[in-house]
Amino acid sequence: MNDLSKLKVSSSPHIRAEDTTGRIMLDVIIALLPALAIGIFVYGLRALTVTLLSAAACVFFEWIYELLAHKPLTIYDGSAVVTGVLLAFCLPVSVPMWVVLLGDLFAIVIVKQLFGGIGKNFVNPALAGRAFLLASFAGIVGITPKIRTALPLFTTPVDVVTAATPLSQMKSGALPDVSALQSALGMVGGSIGEISAFALLAGGLYLIYRKVISPRIPLTYLGTVALLTFLFPRGNGHVEWMLCQLVSGGLMLGAIFMATDYTTSPITRRGQLIFGIGCGAITVLIRYFGTYPEGVSYAILVMNLFVPLIERYTIPRKFGAPANVKKEKGGVKVEK
Amino acid sequence: MSHTFQGGVHPDDSKSLTNQKPIEQLPPPEQVILPMSMHIGAPCKPIVAVGDHVCLGQRIAEAAAPVSAPIHATVSGTVKAIAPMDHPGGGKMLSVVIENDFQDTLDPSVHPIDDSGMTPEEMIECIKNAGIVGHGGAAFPTHIKLSSALGKVDTVIINAAECEPYLTSDHRILLEQPGDVLAGIRIILRILGLKKALLGVEVNKENAFAGIQALLPSDGSIELVPLATKYPQGAEKQLIKSLTSREVPSGKLPADAGCAVFNADTAGAIYRLFSKGLPMYRRIVTVSGPAIALPRNLEVRIGTPIKNLIDFCGGFTEPPTKLLMGGPMMGVALYTDEAPIIKGTNGILAFAEKEPLHISDPRCIRCGRCVESCPMQLVPTYIYQAVMADKMDDCQRYNPLDCIECGVCSYICPGKLPLTQGIRTAKARILAQRKK
Repeated sequence: MNDLSKLKVSSSPHIRAEDTTGRIMLDVIIALLPALAIGIFVYGLRALTVTLLSAAACVFFEWIYELLAHKPLTIYDGSAVVTGVLLAFCLPVSVPMWVVLLGDLFAIVIVKQLFGGIGKNFVNPALAGRAFLLASFAGIVGITPKIRTALPLFTTPVDVVTAATPLSQMKSGALPDVSALQSALGMVGGSIGEISAFALLAGGLYLIYRKVISPRIPLTYLGTVALLTFLFPRGNGHVEWMLCQLVSGGLMLGAIFMATDYTTSPITRRGQLIFGIGCGAITVLIRYFGTYPEGVSYAILVMNLFVPLIERYTIPRKFGAPANVKKEKGGVKVEK
Repeated sequence: MSHTFQGGVHPDDSKSLTNQKPIEQLPPPEQVILPMSMHIGAPCKPIVAVGDHVCLGQRIAEAAAPVSAPIHATVSGTVKAIAPMDHPGGGKMLSVVIENDFQDTLDPSVHPIDDSGMTPEEMIECIKNAGIVGHGGAAFPTHIKLSSALGKVDTVIINAAECEPYLTSDHRILLEQPGDVLAGIRIILRILGLKKALLGVEVNKENAFAGIQALLPSDGSIELVPLATKYPQGAEKQLIKSLTSREVPSGKLPADAGCAVFNADTAGAIYRLFSKGLPMYRRIVTVSGPAIALPRNLEVRIGTPIKNLIDFCGGFTEPPTKLLMGGPMMGVALYTDEAPIIKGTNGILAFAEKEPLHISDPRCIRCGRCVESCPMQLVPTYIYQAVMADKMDDCQRYNPLDCIECGVCSYICPGKLPLTQGIRTAKARILAQRKK
């Protein structure tokens, strides 16, 4: 007699792919490591302590919120770590630790958890956290410290020497005094994680190779910025202007790691293309005409708000549906 | 370039467990259990009585409706019982139990059929009388498919994609009995009055290509087409799309796209019917999975209890947590090994999973993999979320009725949502609503 006492009956399918939410988040963290390494190389170990503190704080706030709200614990899925690292990545290395903690609290509790936790928030928590801090403490968060200046590991630095960024130079309509290649390699300052376009691209290639993200959003985002800056250059030279725009500021970090956030980008293929184009167009508009030199985070936050609308009109044509069927209200054909 | 369709997934196919193993004869069992329903359509009515002696190939149950398929004795012997017995699809089903006398005495009705002067309708009648149903798994009566295709389709498609992991029965048939399959395809072409059949085989069965190619008729009426190895390549609609670029219109049948699709071994069964007179009495079954001691491909009498196959394959390596009829993506979970092999059984798989398949708190992270992979281009996560929130109007907007239940969305979901199950619920609720 065969022992069948352990048999379970359930509906198909009976096998599952190995990938889990936790594995995906681990891949994102791995992909962020080259940029972190450059950050540490350029700004010293304080880049690491800010990043680690931010990640740990996000996990802590998520844990304490879920504990107090009697919700299932989600801290092991790694998404809070990713939010923490990304928020640190768009802050200057000189940022006081209490500011980091405040941003983490806002990102995790207000933006993520109060709207239902992972998969439910409608704007990117890290970007919303940064926007909150920038609006509240522009003088602290909106600066770029000079590279290779000694900074304390934990205490708040005093008299931070700031540097002009390529973006602020370009804002005034001139090419920056560093080349696009120097920028891309990470020889100029910036926020902790946005310094080297090449390091971020390497992480992006890893995510595409691991099939964590599709190239649709990064390519349309970067492509739109490239096209618009090439067509409407300031200063001399279409190509050089375009390249400087592409490798400066938070564009690579935003296009590869922020705009591709699952929760706050469309799940439809065509929707992702529209989303990327929208992010690119708004980024250039803000860089050209806005008050801030950089427009990446607001561009993505604005496009986050359009996601439900974009999805509504980009639901794929189901297999076997007539190609040119007149769509009913809402873009989705209702079956009778 | 191998042909393909949009969407789909690449699960580990695990076919190497059995794809080198030649088909072996499973000794006929002491008794066969023949359920009155092992096809799509109305159950049959028994036409024998307890105590009757029956011969191999003798009709023992009559189709009770046009969409049905008669059932034949798969051994010779004595009718021991006509009673409800375990059915692999779940529950009990009226079954004819025949005690084997191990003589395999052939019924007088079993003799080669001279089809030279036959009309297509007469040939279809022969197939109907032989109880032949689709060998791929769904077991749709072949005569219905043929008669509804007659005069309506322009392309015959033979499905040897075998995209389900673990299953290798079609692969072994292509390697060992390609002649039967090709001869059967020619009969199908003759019945339908067509000139062209496409034999679609996934490229993971490349070692069967040369053998088939050598036997292809010189008039070019049968073309071997390599298919990309991707699940669900063998799903009817996806197969038609891959081979002809046609899409079966939503809610319609393959014939509405001008195609008739038959499994490779269904063609083989049609050939064996006309050449030897044999009705559907046996089939090839892959017995595999991590919990099977000696995975094999077996030729089995229909009605053989599943436990006979498992015992022949060395039993279980450890107590199984899942016993399946069919592949792991679309197969049915069994709760007993007493149930018999039926006409559509292409595999028996046993798993002993350490980790639970379902996590207690599944969450959608909106990664979009289900959307990307859905071969019907639906939005599985929105159907699921709508049905879970009891928003059936929203749910219908995402076309759950077009779902083919291939399981791709549940398989690929990193949040481990039971998406396919949710969509099944949605379909059932919508259909129930319509009946009101």
